[in-house]
Amino acid sequence: MTLLPLTAGFMPLIDAAPLIIARELGFAEEEGLNLTLQSGPSWSTLRDRLVLGQIEAAHMLSPVPVAMALGLGGIATPLDALSVLSVNGNVIGVSNTVAARLRANGFTTDFQDATTAGLALAQLDGTLRIGVPFPFSMHAELLHYWLAGLGLPENLSISVHTIPPPLMADAIAANEIDAFCVGEPWGSITVENGGGELLLPCASIWQFSPEKVLAVRRDWAETQDDMAGRLLRAVWKAGRWLGNTSKLSTATEILSWPEYLGLPAEILERALTGRMVISRSTRAHRVPRMVNFYDGAATFPWKSQAAWIGAQLAHRCGLDPSQSAEKAATVFRSDLYRRHLAPMGADMPAASVKLEGALDTPTAAKSGTGTLILGPDAFFDGRVFDPASNN
Amino acid sequence: MSAKLTILVVEPDKDRARAIIDSLTETGDHHIMVLAGHTCLARSAAELNPDIVLVDVTNPSRDVIEELTLASSPLDRPVAMFVDRSDDGLTKAAIEAGVSAYVVDGLRADRIKPVMDAAIARFHMFQRMRTELAATKRALEERKIIDRAKGILMRARGLTEDEAYALIRKTAMGQGKKIADVAQALVTAAELLS
Repeated sequence: MTLLPLTAGFMPLIDAAPLIIARELGFAEEEGLNLTLQSGPSWSTLRDRLVLGQIEAAHMLSPVPVAMALGLGGIATPLDALSVLSVNGNVIGVSNTVAARLRANGFTTDFQDATTAGLALAQLDGTLRIGVPFPFSMHAELLHYWLAGLGLPENLSISVHTIPPPLMADAIAANEIDAFCVGEPWGSITVENGGGELLLPCASIWQFSPEKVLAVRRDWAETQDDMAGRLLRAVWKAGRWLGNTSKLSTATEILSWPEYLGLPAEILERALTGRMVISRSTRAHRVPRMVNFYDGAATFPWKSQAAWIGAQLAHRCGLDPSQSAEKAATVFRSDLYRRHLAPMGADMPAASVKLEGALDTPTAAKSGTGTLILGPDAFFDGRVFDPASNN
Repeated sequence: MSAKLTILVVEPDKDRARAIIDSLTETGDHHIMVLAGHTCLARSAAELNPDIVLVDVTNPSRDVIEELTLASSPLDRPVAMFVDRSDDGLTKAAIEAGVSAYVVDGLRADRIKPVMDAAIARFHMFQRMRTELAATKRALEERKIIDRAKGILMRARGLTEDEAYALIRKTAMGQGKKIADVAQALVTAAELLS
């Protein structure tokens, strides 16, 4: 059988795993694809390669296609998310100096409670410079949501800076930033290099945030339906494989290869197994849902997730929130996901929109097979986002 | 004639930066600045207030420049990733050559084009140089391996240098492999056996 060539771009992060596993364990080949993976130097270059057709698909920050649909950032070529690639996976960390100041104020993080950690930060004076990997990222959105939700005191001003993930550990060691929000393994690398400590997993701000998506050009999705289906199936199977904890040591080994992350497996393993080492002097913390590729319909592209991102971006950039949420929802292609993956027996919720943040505990939901468990997906402040209302 | 263009080049390599400046200078009397490092790149870039920013697409710090597309105060001049509205594929050509451009809102296309053309030509030259350098390096490495393989055969079988080379070449032809690959296999095997 002749395999159909398809090139996808990725950034060297833990959550590129579904694409890497799809290629390395033959899920792509099973779908008749010769999947070539291309490591990108930056998110913007990955986006441009996708827009210009140099690659067909990309591992992409979920807010990037949404921002483009809202006319932010300059490039207007519509991109769509065929599926979510990963849920959660980011951490917030602070410099050794900030960690020492927090301790002096009597605060020790339990790596779980976003409210107490945030209030402890709010007691600091001066300016807190925080690094995020990209202006349009779940990192930036969660950070703004968290800090706004806490209501910051006047004694502390926040400035957010863009710093590419591989440079984050250096930036905090060089005192260019005081804190960061970054995808794994770059938080663990900072701990390992002694440049800082981890404060929170982002899952403690939102327990079920769509972190990366499988992005393609909209015109490609429309004209290459067969290819889109093959790619979706291959990547979904890889996610299902990654959802099996007995496979994680193999996954870690493959991710550590030089052509992918090129970092020690021992460090990559922390996020994948949810055992996070938050400082050099403490034992590992167990983090439920540190990063998730499969459970609870993790890869289902909920239109309400896109709407949440759209509404957040609108608040931040002075756009109309309800119009933005509406435009954003068109980017997450739950229609294509259903059509291509329902025959595979993938978890398929009955609806494509839900209240975001309404589930405190895992909850049974209506689905094609009737056995789907969703959530928890609560926000740290208990707010619920209803995409149908103008909030 | 309109005022000078302010062009910011983000390029850590001094020689490359110099070459880019030379190319741009030929297109007109511009005010050209270079930023090398990623330290405080966004703030410095914003303070310089350029009309055009040029960044190598393979530079990991490029994402920092994307920050300028989010105008943070009403006084900021919005900057956008340069996307040409005409159909001459300037954006595509630029990205393929390896350079991305950010252009301040409202700058006329006829003022951007000469700068872009010059940058594209220069980055094509960089690509060619990089390819040549890689090819030269590979050729040198292959030569070294072949020399080592010849040495092994000369010692083990008492051959002259020419005879050793002829044997490697004959084996390569017989197996449909490259001479360098056969030489590499021989060197690896000899290392394992020694």
